Amino acid sequence: MSRDILRANAHELARQIAAGERSSEEITRAHLDQIAAVDGAVHSFLHIESDRALEAARRVDAKRAAGETLGPLAGVPLALKDVFTMTGAPTTAGSKMLEGWVSPYNATVTQRLLDADIVILGKTNLDEFAMGSSTENSAYGPTRNPWDLDRTPGGSGGGSAAALAAFEAPLAIGSDTGGSIRQPGSFTGTVGIKPTYGGTSRYGQIALASSLDQPGPCTRSVLDAALLHQVIGGHDPLDATSIDAPVPDIVGAARSGDIRGMRVGVVKELGGEGYAPGVEQRFRETVALLESLGAEIVEVSCPHFDYAMAAYYLILPAEASSNLARFDAMRYGLRVGDDGARSTEEVMAMTRGAGFGEEVKRRIIIGTYALSAGYYDAYYGSAQKIRTLIARDFRAAFEQADVLVSPSTPTTAFRIGERIDDPLAMYMNDLCTTPSNLAGNASASFPVGLSPDDNMPVGFHVMAPAMADDRLYRVGAALERSLETTWGGSLLERIPTLEGSFA
Amino acid sequence: MALTVSDVARLGSLARIDLTEEELEKLAPQLGVILESVARVSELDTTDVPPTSHPEPLTNVFRPDALHESLPVNEALAMAPAAEDDRFRVPRILGEEA
Repeated sequence: MSRDILRANAHELARQIAAGERSSEEITRAHLDQIAAVDGAVHSFLHIESDRALEAARRVDAKRAAGETLGPLAGVPLALKDVFTMTGAPTTAGSKMLEGWVSPYNATVTQRLLDADIVILGKTNLDEFAMGSSTENSAYGPTRNPWDLDRTPGGSGGGSAAALAAFEAPLAIGSDTGGSIRQPGSFTGTVGIKPTYGGTSRYGQIALASSLDQPGPCTRSVLDAALLHQVIGGHDPLDATSIDAPVPDIVGAARSGDIRGMRVGVVKELGGEGYAPGVEQRFRETVALLESLGAEIVEVSCPHFDYAMAAYYLILPAEASSNLARFDAMRYGLRVGDDGARSTEEVMAMTRGAGFGEEVKRRIIIGTYALSAGYYDAYYGSAQKIRTLIARDFRAAFEQADVLVSPSTPTTAFRIGERIDDPLAMYMNDLCTTPSNLAGNASASFPVGLSPDDNMPVGFHVMAPAMADDRLYRVGAALERSLETTWGGSLLERIPTLEGSFA
Repeated sequence: MALTVSDVARLGSLARIDLTEEELEKLAPQLGVILESVARVSELDTTDVPPTSHPEPLTNVFRPDALHESLPVNEALAMAPAAEDDRFRVPRILGEEA
């Protein structure tokens, strides 16, 4: 019984709750049991809110019993990346700096989930302050990939993606600064969406790089992602960068999946050397599949994408070094060395030395360097100009194509520890995903099979113009429908069963 | 772009992060490799290219100037590292030279 619940899509669970076929409490309990059974091995969660989740589930059941109309995902459990504030629960951003910190307010994303009667199970693991591509940089230990526990689930939203693949939650929320939703989606065989910048609110999301960060849905099906995106999306007066325009009809697009006549642009610069053969093979097959479904394939060139990684790894640290200045040991968070003899400045440096992990220190120092007098023009200034050129590349490409496509990542999930001492190799994972963050457009990763190299999931990356997020869902739904018919079910049906799992 | 251990120590002090000897030894070569790689941004001639600091053309956003409750003092101080007499208690502000 519990297996049916755990493997079901969120929209199906919501339908069952609304129809009175199952209670939200039963569904929530099944997921809490699964977490208890497998999370010791996977470590998706940093914090579990069992009592509040069950209480919220019972409230939904009472509403239904009282004849109230429920929202499209009401009563369905969700895993929230621990970078979003939630009152009454800790928010750590994966850092020792915020250990034990409890926010006095809800992030807009959190509030909208609660208002939609979605049941929040707990907070998921991430690379510290969302800095990383493997979830190995969490101060609370790494998350493991449910497909192969020796491999990473990607990062920084590895906890959210792994929770989906381990059947611990049917819905999750992530945040994507350079690929932190899409890359874990790719590594775990799940759907990851980075909405248009400004399409979802950053209010209450612990900031990494403010001009790049964007909250988004992580799910096991395309329609679930659209429904969740609909819940969290739209204008928020509390976020000055929130776009004041309606969310496009993403749910309609996810239900339709009609891509006949759609022009799909294969980005020449995102492929070739450095891409694993199995990843390339699945990518080529998927492009051929889109063509067979009625899309027109064109090759587009985005010459400045070759510089995206370099620009990204200057702009991100520059903004991060500024955003993380708030962790000054004075107002909240950790304080170290306050023995009455030391000055504010010394306490600040000792606290930041003790509270931040290696990757965070590395990036703050790069940012400090890039913004320092004498280097500003050569580094940060040039990076901002590259950003203009990348946005122009996108504009030109979107004149030739409705969406652009590439592999989501150059390789499948790598092994834990394999790249931890080689930051540059780690950064290369974000090759395909960073241009979208720099330009602010919408993009997504959809599962398209397993790599023949290692039997690990491969993601297909789709990019759409800003505020044309519906095109992502149209492509994703077309792929999902066709591939699942071929496979005889979801890709996750092929995931090895974890010890003790109820799924 | 070679960075010495003392360069990194200086950057650490600008960023107000105490770094151990071991961290400095490890970070210096790593940062050198990263900076060399990102220095590619200077390869292109971008003389006539305007910089983009943000994906959206930002305009100032105003909200109505309306009175509302502020965060209660006890809630604001609940997560303070140290508090005294309804205020944040901070280490001494003035340094040795003051």
